[in-house]
Amino acid sequence: MDTEIFLKSERCKGCGICVAFCPKKVLQLDTLGHCSVVRPDDCIACGQCELRCPDYAIFVDKKVYA
Amino acid sequence: MQERTYEKYFRQNRLPHIWCPGCGNGTVMKAIVEAVEKRKLPRDKTVIVSGIGCSSRASGYMDFDTLHTAHGRAIPFATGIKLANPELNVIVITGDGDCTAIGGNHFIHGARRNIDLTVVLFNNAIYGMTGGQASPMTPLHKKATTAPYGSVDRPFDACQLASAAGASYVARSTAFHVQHLTDMIAEGISVEGFSFIEAVVQCPTAYGRKNKMPEPAQMMAWLRDHAVLQKAWDKLPEEKRSDKFPIGVFLKRQFEEYTKAYAEVIASAQGGKK
Amino acid sequence: MTEMKLMQGNEACAAGAIAAGVRFFGGYPITPSTEIAETMAKKLPALGGCFIQMEDEISGMGVVLGASLAGRKVLTATSGPGFSLKQELIGYAACAEIPVVIVDVQRVGPSTGQPTSPSQGDVMQVRWGTHGDHPMIALSPWTVRETFDAAVMAVNYAERFRTPVILLMDEIVGHLRENVQLPNASDITVYPRRRPTKSRAAGYQPYEPEQDMVPNPADFGTGYRIHVTGLIHDYTGFPSGSPVVTEKFIDRLHRKIAIAQDEITHYDEFFMEDAEYAVVSYGGVARTAYEAVRKARAKGLKVGMIRLMTIWPFANKIIEQTAEKVRAILVPELNYGQLKYEVERAAAGRCPVSLLAKYNTLLFTPDEIVDGIENLTGGRI
Repeated sequence: MDTEIFLKSERCKGCGICVAFCPKKVLQLDTLGHCSVVRPDDCIACGQCELRCPDYAIFVDKKVYA
Repeated sequence: MQERTYEKYFRQNRLPHIWCPGCGNGTVMKAIVEAVEKRKLPRDKTVIVSGIGCSSRASGYMDFDTLHTAHGRAIPFATGIKLANPELNVIVITGDGDCTAIGGNHFIHGARRNIDLTVVLFNNAIYGMTGGQASPMTPLHKKATTAPYGSVDRPFDACQLASAAGASYVARSTAFHVQHLTDMIAEGISVEGFSFIEAVVQCPTAYGRKNKMPEPAQMMAWLRDHAVLQKAWDKLPEEKRSDKFPIGVFLKRQFEEYTKAYAEVIASAQGGKK
Repeated sequence: MTEMKLMQGNEACAAGAIAAGVRFFGGYPITPSTEIAETMAKKLPALGGCFIQMEDEISGMGVVLGASLAGRKVLTATSGPGFSLKQELIGYAACAEIPVVIVDVQRVGPSTGQPTSPSQGDVMQVRWGTHGDHPMIALSPWTVRETFDAAVMAVNYAERFRTPVILLMDEIVGHLRENVQLPNASDITVYPRRRPTKSRAAGYQPYEPEQDMVPNPADFGTGYRIHVTGLIHDYTGFPSGSPVVTEKFIDRLHRKIAIAQDEITHYDEFFMEDAEYAVVSYGGVARTAYEAVRKARAKGLKVGMIRLMTIWPFANKIIEQTAEKVRAILVPELNYGQLKYEVERAAAGRCPVSLLAKYNTLLFTPDEIVDGIENLTGGRI
């Protein structure tokens, strides 16, 4: 799936909601406890992370080719 | 990245917000601005009024005319704004303590007057800002710093309260049911009269940690598993309801809106009729 | 001038507020202030204004603050117990700088007290009733006619300084009926609602003070998208935890009133030219004191009178000057002694200050005050 995940890390508080609700285990909390994308290729753009992030720190777009 | 339309409703220089990691308030705040977008409310004619507490910090992040009032008093301030200038759309943000404890009287009388406010109650079942004291919406036997052995105070059902007091629109949703929540709020905005939407939110820090749900995702899963859509709820036998709760639109009715009624008073006093 | 008519103090209060542009009243019924609400309920709609009876005194205060932020000039009225309940939001108005006039028609307290009897027991509550450091403006009229003027003045000061102003009445003046001639509308000076002087694009900050130390937060719905809070805030209007911001803010709240103090401190002097003794009085009691001073003069006592209309900020200068020239000051009050201590503070030992206190629901008789004056003089003429 061609998707792009964007993080606004300055907003992320590391609550882990996105990690828990990602059906494809694309996300993980890094050593400092912030969200990081570990398996980008597995993303199916379901948008659960973006929908549930209470801090508006993660965004998923389907890739657009010019 | 494509710009999200809701972002324009936030005061970007005020974010990130002060809420704890995993707090559901951010989700409800986003649902409110999405509902504003959906209803196409003119931003300069929309006022956000909040009380005091975690929920009520939301007003500061929202790029409208915003008013962070005193504890429990959001509805009286909002009533003054709406009656003084009925062309303004007034949205009230409040919490379970703010709305049903210290502001309880204002809440029922706002509903009784049926003034055109959209009141969104962020129900985290606890006083979060002060560190986790029991509120009038803390469920029975749940723990709080002021109920260390479990609460014995019977909680309010704020939706039933609003319905009984005369609201025009009453609904409930949760921070898990994001789209549903947005729809509930959007519909409340479109109803002319007192609209009340209870948004059940997770408070992992002050409530969850004391009640065996310290993880935000765990609390959200709880919301997912215990909220039942109104139609399904109606068919659910009593014994299966236990710790579940209904979500959806509970009430929608028409009754003359207060500022409209007062406009008639003005017309009458000015000799326009009667 | 308009034609002469018989009017009650509370009615004059409502008329004055309306003349000053008040178009919104919210409140809760309470004796002995209720006629103000009743008059507003009747008159405001005809002027396109609004009256709303709220569920309690607190919301009566909240609703007018909301209406004020939405651009209306506002009034609420109450008495003792209600005034106590309103304190929290009076502080909110001071902190968020929202123009509002609160009428307190004093009755005997504490608590429910004596609801239909006069008192001056709220003088200190007016000043210090809400928590924290804040300035206060309070005006106390002594006639029905002056109640009208004081109401106009109170609304103008609330708008000019963007601060709560207390119209400190008492049951005597509130329920008094006198023949009055009110001024023509064209002769009344009305202070308009302050507006932003620059655009958002030009760097408008809602709580940035102007030359007179008062800011111009925009009315809601005018496109400025301002934030208003009871938390201490900087010029942007948003909360700040900074010690520097906090100190500057508290300082400015006080100084915006202090720099105008002489202009807003109103008082009358009677028979003071050759006075060796002075009576300092205010509100309904001043009526009796005036009669007593005349009686004492007739007896040959060289006594004069200072009648304070502005109670807060306190009239330090005139009290200092008076204390400098007289042998003693008498302060008759319908309370256990409140403003007497403020007079004593201002007199600062220049002369003794005596209290004549009455707190049994009855008014002073002129002779009681004459006796007080005679005690002061030790019979010396």
